[in-house]
Amino acid sequence: MQTAQGLQDDQQKWLEIIRPKSNALDFKIKDVLRYKDLLFLLVRRDFIATYKQTILGPLWFFLQPILTTIMFALVFGRIAGIPTDGIPMILFYLSGLTLWNYFSECLNKTATVLKDNAEIFGKVYFPRIVMPLSIIVSNLIKLTIQLMLFLLIWAYYVIVGNVVHPNIAILLLPVLIIIMGGLGLGFGMIITSMTTKYRDLVFLLTFGVQLLMYATPVIYPLSNIHNHTLKLLIMANPMTSIIETFRYAFLGSGQFNILALSYSACFMLIALVVGILVFNKVEKSFMDTV
Amino acid sequence: MSSPIIKVENVGKLYRLGEIGTGTLSHDINRWIAKIRGKEDPNSKVGESNDRSSKGNSEFVWALRNVNFEVKPGEVLGIIGRNGAGKSTLLKILSKVTQLTEGEIKINGRIASLLEVGTGFHPELTGRDNIYLNGAILGMTKKEITSKLDEIVDFSGCERYLDTPVKRYSSGMKVRLGFAVAAHLEPEILIVDEVLAVGDAEFQRKCIGKMQDVSTKDGRTVLFVSHQMGMIIQLCTSALLLDKGTVELIGDTPYVVEEYLKTNNRDASYYTASENAKGHAFFTEIKLLDSKDNAANEVLYDEGFKIRMRFICKDDNKLTKVGIALVDKFKRKVFTTHFNFEKNIDNTVEAICEVPGGIVMPGVYTLDAAIFIPNMMAYEYLNDACSISIVDNGSELNYDQGDIGCVYINCNWHQ
Repeated sequence: MQTAQGLQDDQQKWLEIIRPKSNALDFKIKDVLRYKDLLFLLVRRDFIATYKQTILGPLWFFLQPILTTIMFALVFGRIAGIPTDGIPMILFYLSGLTLWNYFSECLNKTATVLKDNAEIFGKVYFPRIVMPLSIIVSNLIKLTIQLMLFLLIWAYYVIVGNVVHPNIAILLLPVLIIIMGGLGLGFGMIITSMTTKYRDLVFLLTFGVQLLMYATPVIYPLSNIHNHTLKLLIMANPMTSIIETFRYAFLGSGQFNILALSYSACFMLIALVVGILVFNKVEKSFMDTV
Repeated sequence: MSSPIIKVENVGKLYRLGEIGTGTLSHDINRWIAKIRGKEDPNSKVGESNDRSSKGNSEFVWALRNVNFEVKPGEVLGIIGRNGAGKSTLLKILSKVTQLTEGEIKINGRIASLLEVGTGFHPELTGRDNIYLNGAILGMTKKEITSKLDEIVDFSGCERYLDTPVKRYSSGMKVRLGFAVAAHLEPEILIVDEVLAVGDAEFQRKCIGKMQDVSTKDGRTVLFVSHQMGMIIQLCTSALLLDKGTVELIGDTPYVVEEYLKTNNRDASYYTASENAKGHAFFTEIKLLDSKDNAANEVLYDEGFKIRMRFICKDDNKLTKVGIALVDKFKRKVFTTHFNFEKNIDNTVEAICEVPGGIVMPGVYTLDAAIFIPNMMAYEYLNDACSISIVDNGSELNYDQGDIGCVYINCNWHQ
């Protein structure tokens, strides 16, 4: 302030200028960094609030995938008789589900972030992107916990021997997680930006994500698809190569294809960039339309 | 003259009325085509100024237009205006919650806005967790909050409940906790919307004290919106009057407040009989006048007011009287007064009742009026004939919003 004093008015240095339109590429990274504590507090809130007043508490993190896996094994494995590439059913379904749940939770929660938090957003300014980021981080922690469960069961089969064949591709795990998180965040931000005006997308999303699971090799192995067109369609889904790579790395089944994985990575990057651009544009005015 | 900390230049905000979401796609396409052809946005052209009560032709309305003002560091600026004048929109734009349509705002400091206390409180979290969360939402770092935790807890007076989930708090406790966090923010500019309207009298006093400290001791700038003129006069060094989205007046607080009350009284409070009113005696018009005989609905505490009644009385009974009673918001009668009138030849009467100033406490009252014969009958008894709002212009009791009675009596105290 002192330096600004005495200067001509239009020469005065302003800390901030609010204008009708701002640069869409201005990501305000400095701003986001200033609010990093908020990010962690939001993650903490998610965890405390989710399992408050439940008897089993965080045990639900394990119960959900275990119960779903058992159900899948019964319905798809036993009744429908869909093969699992010679992998124990429980490992096959659990691996697919754990990854799929991470992606779908990231997507679902991010896709409603503006609508869900409209009340806070309408009262206080902070970089809006902190909210979706906190969702991704929350789910990342959840994924880590659920991966532990998977690793526990996986370790049992590794020790028993000769059922699963892990290999060096395990090192790709962080890459897989980053791609999934990016996909969820990117698409989520695109959808949430559009839902502020066109609510139809909300309906589309709720069952769309469910349907998308069937277009991803969660309950069946890709090797089981023999129709060429169908296989191409499923391969076009960026989640396909992620689940296949994961199964290849940990279980020795599945198809690992570096090209397919690069496709997913590119897809993620594009979705993320578009998502951030659209979100950046919408976040300033959505309060008037939401 | 120091340089301004906030400079608002030609700010405008366009809102779309009616239902949003239907037909937006076609609008968007129209807009997009216009943009490609290099023409002006077809939808924004038709915007009108914002007049809530008259029906406009346009779907679009300027909630704010051509707003220009400057705020100096350390200034406490009160923003006043009627409902829908654009006060909240202005605060929302300043706090970056919503985007402006045109113009520019230059700011030289960190802004924290208190459009509502306790924003983002999560009911399942404890008071302590919520202090951290709320503080972070308002822009504090974890370290800052930790260093002020004791002060915040102390200010809120909720120490016993610190580790209880907020959902078990009373609404008053939530407000206390919320304000306590907000009061310990340290921005250069603080934006406050009518958050002080809640909480009990003791806590309100604390909040006002804190706001005065913030501006006088710490030299910070405060922008304050309120409908309580007493508070504006007490707190603000200058005031800004908004009307229909434009700045009507900016200047010294008492002057602006007085002008505001004048313009506000354009909707004077009065009663008129329906055309087919009949009977032996009935009111034709009852009007509230201020001390200068202008029709009003708000009058100043100091100055007193007048009630002018016009009625027709066909009865020749000499005992017939006209009377009024002032009723407070709890439906208690504050006082009753009546008068033996003389009627004109054509049976019409005009009677004026002058109520002295400095007696009836600030607040909102209604008026009952009657034409009657004592202990016998009432020709007409009107409930809530008109409303009277008595505005505090700086009495010694103006901090209290709790129930402190309806009349002020200048008592003698001895020791």
